[in-house]
Amino acid sequence: MNNKVGAGLGVTVPLTDKSATEAIRVEGLRKSFGPHEVLKGVDLTAHEGDVIAVIGGSGSGKSTMLRCINFLETPSAGRIVIAGEEVRQRPDGGGPADRRQIERIRRSLGMVFQSFNLWTHKTVLDNLIEVPVHVLGVSRAEATDRARSLLARVGLAEKADSYPAFLSGGQQQRAAIARALCIEPRAMLFDEPTSALDPELVGEVLAVIRGLAAEGRTMILVTHEMKFAREVASHVIFLANGQVEEQGPPDQVFGAPQSPRLQQFLRSVG
Amino acid sequence: METLGLLSFSPPGWGATLLAGLWNSLLIAVGAFGLGLILGTLGAWGKLHGGPITRDLLSMYTTIVRAVPELILILILYFGVTDLVNQILIAFGHERVQISGVAAGITVLGIVQGAYATEVLRGALLAVPQGQVEAAKAMGMPPLLMARRIIFPCMLGLAMPGLANLWLIATKDTALLAVVGFSELTFATRQAASTTKAFFTFFMAAGAIYLIVTLLSGWAFARIERWARRGEPRNAGG
Repeated sequence: MNNKVGAGLGVTVPLTDKSATEAIRVEGLRKSFGPHEVLKGVDLTAHEGDVIAVIGGSGSGKSTMLRCINFLETPSAGRIVIAGEEVRQRPDGGGPADRRQIERIRRSLGMVFQSFNLWTHKTVLDNLIEVPVHVLGVSRAEATDRARSLLARVGLAEKADSYPAFLSGGQQQRAAIARALCIEPRAMLFDEPTSALDPELVGEVLAVIRGLAAEGRTMILVTHEMKFAREVASHVIFLANGQVEEQGPPDQVFGAPQSPRLQQFLRSVG
Repeated sequence: METLGLLSFSPPGWGATLLAGLWNSLLIAVGAFGLGLILGTLGAWGKLHGGPITRDLLSMYTTIVRAVPELILILILYFGVTDLVNQILIAFGHERVQISGVAAGITVLGIVQGAYATEVLRGALLAVPQGQVEAAKAMGMPPLLMARRIIFPCMLGLAMPGLANLWLIATKDTALLAVVGFSELTFATRQAASTTKAFFTFFMAAGAIYLIVTLLSGWAFARIERWARRGEPRNAGG
């Protein structure tokens, strides 16, 4: 939507003009699993309406980075700031310091997983209304109305009463996106949403994500779909070896890659 | 004719005595199974999420209870613990109490059931796919709500075969309470048999009753399991 000035290589400057409200800021994010350091100081800022595509080879740390934003993984170091509010962390690095704060912040971030993770013992409709009704205190009637209109939007109106296992992968992922939308999040986090899908089912999921991008939703999208990233992203970040190797507007990143690593990566996936 | 007379519900038949025994057996089995589920849930949670001391204590509990024959445990807990309670009461200047057979039976068998249930539920909890939990976490569900609405229902389907076994063990372990003179089905049967000398008739009758209980339980548990696994395609339309 909004044209962005490309940020320089590996430099953390705001991605858009200062007037846009900041939605997600990641500062100096580090994450180690045992002796293996997966993220070595990553910075990222998403303003309202940004669509940030995160690309990189497997093991580059892109999923881990996304999962650190809502603390599904506990960062080893670094700050996460959501809509101006920093997530308070325990001094010993053991996770969020304030359970209620992180729960509230998580509810402002709609997460979509690679493996859908719909609750298998609940129908599609019950998956959608679970958190609105039982956590947010929305009335069942209101939540159901909203869920049905979201399901209609992702083309699953007839599947409301089916159990997830009876749906195709593409349908499950579209239902999972609708579930994430049900909590009316400020921003969406997509963790390789099409990687577990058969090739012929990828398109229907991308179409839904494209629609969300078009309506100006803030999102961070970890993906292997380069063509799609180039089409919908307002900003692209290339991670390599746990660091931001290169970033900028899609045309620059895909059209005129600077770093040899990115050039090689694009050749290997293209 | 003789046999039917012995089993008839009105005196001199012993049918009513057997049924009363069955009622007591079922009462204790239900109570012990319920208590076992509560202890097992706490135990499984503690083993998976508790601190080192909690885990050590729980490990002692499950190891000892599963190692010692149930009959010995029943004798220890029934006589030993009753005696201990009374000594404490007397030491504090209270009257000696008679602990009710049903309460003691439920407690004793419940503790035994709890040890096995801890392991059954721990296994089932470990088998709950991590993605189910992550989806709930990512949506900001508080832990207790998540346990109740997401983890527990997921776990139930996985735990049902093990829990069905535990229930059947509970119904049959009630027979062990006969040794402490509690009037459950086996005790009632022995009474009837030794009074009338119709040993074969009464023990066959008791065996048949236990079999009927097992068959009905199997049917009920199969239904519950099918309900718990309703989201799984292989149970479709069942």
